[in-house]
Amino acid sequence: MGGDTAGPIPMEQRPDADHDFALWEKRVDALMILGSAKGFFTVDGLRRVLEDLGEDAFETMTYYERWIMAVNQNLIEGGAYTTADLAAKMADVTARGDTYGDAAAPVK
Amino acid sequence: MPHDHHDHDTLNPPGHPYRADDDAPLSYWQVMEIAVRELLVEKGITTASEIAAQIDTMDARTPSNGAQVVARAWCDPEFHAALMDDASEATHAMGFDIGALKLIAVENTDEVHNMIVCTLCSCYPRNLLGLPPDWYKSRAYRSRTVREPRSVLAEFGVILPDTTKIRVHDSTADMRYIVIPNRPEGTENMSQNDLSGLVTRDSMIGTGLAIPSLSLDA
Amino acid sequence: MQQHLLNESRLMQKIRVKHLMPPGHVRTPAYLRGKVGVIERSLGAFPNPEDLAYGVTARALPLHRVRFRMADVWGANAENPNDTLDAEIYEHWLEPADAT
Repeated sequence: MGGDTAGPIPMEQRPDADHDFALWEKRVDALMILGSAKGFFTVDGLRRVLEDLGEDAFETMTYYERWIMAVNQNLIEGGAYTTADLAAKMADVTARGDTYGDAAAPVK
Repeated sequence: MPHDHHDHDTLNPPGHPYRADDDAPLSYWQVMEIAVRELLVEKGITTASEIAAQIDTMDARTPSNGAQVVARAWCDPEFHAALMDDASEATHAMGFDIGALKLIAVENTDEVHNMIVCTLCSCYPRNLLGLPPDWYKSRAYRSRTVREPRSVLAEFGVILPDTTKIRVHDSTADMRYIVIPNRPEGTENMSQNDLSGLVTRDSMIGTGLAIPSLSLDA
Repeated sequence: MQQHLLNESRLMQKIRVKHLMPPGHVRTPAYLRGKVGVIERSLGAFPNPEDLAYGVTARALPLHRVRFRMADVWGANAENPNDTLDAEIYEHWLEPADAT
């Protein structure tokens, strides 16, 4: 990536206003920090999965979408849960409703 | 997408009953996030409160932390020396818990201007400054900064003479970088606290300069 | 076993990043392969990220900060030849540049 030609720097956030990250994005970030702190993966594992996604991922996925993908894959590789666990859980979550508010379980 | 601005001022409490983006249609990746999070809790790897606490901790980290470090480096020569020698230790001694980060401070002078980028992912001194801005993580910034830093700086409104050397740091490994911007002229009588108000987030990444003192309202 | 490239008396030693292009994850950016720079400082030893990326037990390898002139990386396309680029590179990716 370094040295590749690219367009203008996307400046929607200028001058210093912080991007108001959505709760799900903050959660992705937290899962990334906790997963690596607990030894399931390293930043290198995350970088490797992100690279393996290929250049197209930049066009088709947002930053946090790429990162939950990478965190998830690293967690499976690290033995936190299995692909079968994930499939079953994603089906459960999808069945709860059409919005993030419906699908995210209340924090216990 | 409408945003709930109130959680800028207070730490977002867990179980917040309503957020504007709760109404947006659920995406595949959001389903994955919920599933991953719940699985980790079910497997006993983490807890809901640990996750919420981590979010609160990140919310509390903002560029004003870095601005305080810079202002103190400008005012206190001993601290400045300690910061240049071991920035991890110096910021920790100031009360900032930056964890296992290895922080390196690089300073701007009239001769040298530093810029930070991470071409391999988007590493950033987040434990001091909080989450990075979207542009820092963009393909454009990560691709172009190592090849044409001056052209990138021009898009940020910064033009430097050829006599100033640009030094780009690609944070490829375990180090994280903070830029100590050049102290604006005419600020000798300003308090350390007021000085920290001149230090923008961009100036600590190297895509901006500290605010000149004359441009502030009294 | 490769001799350690660096001791105190060899700071600012001229080195070249090996021009290898393996598949998979490596931490040495592609744009620096084959380029000549100088060792700006040595950072100590860290676990090899190329092992860490695949969950393999990683041994510690020496890491150096290497400084490159933009002209040495981009040639005639460099915006300003004397601007520089610093990156942290693991020792196993470096070889002496003065050897003929």
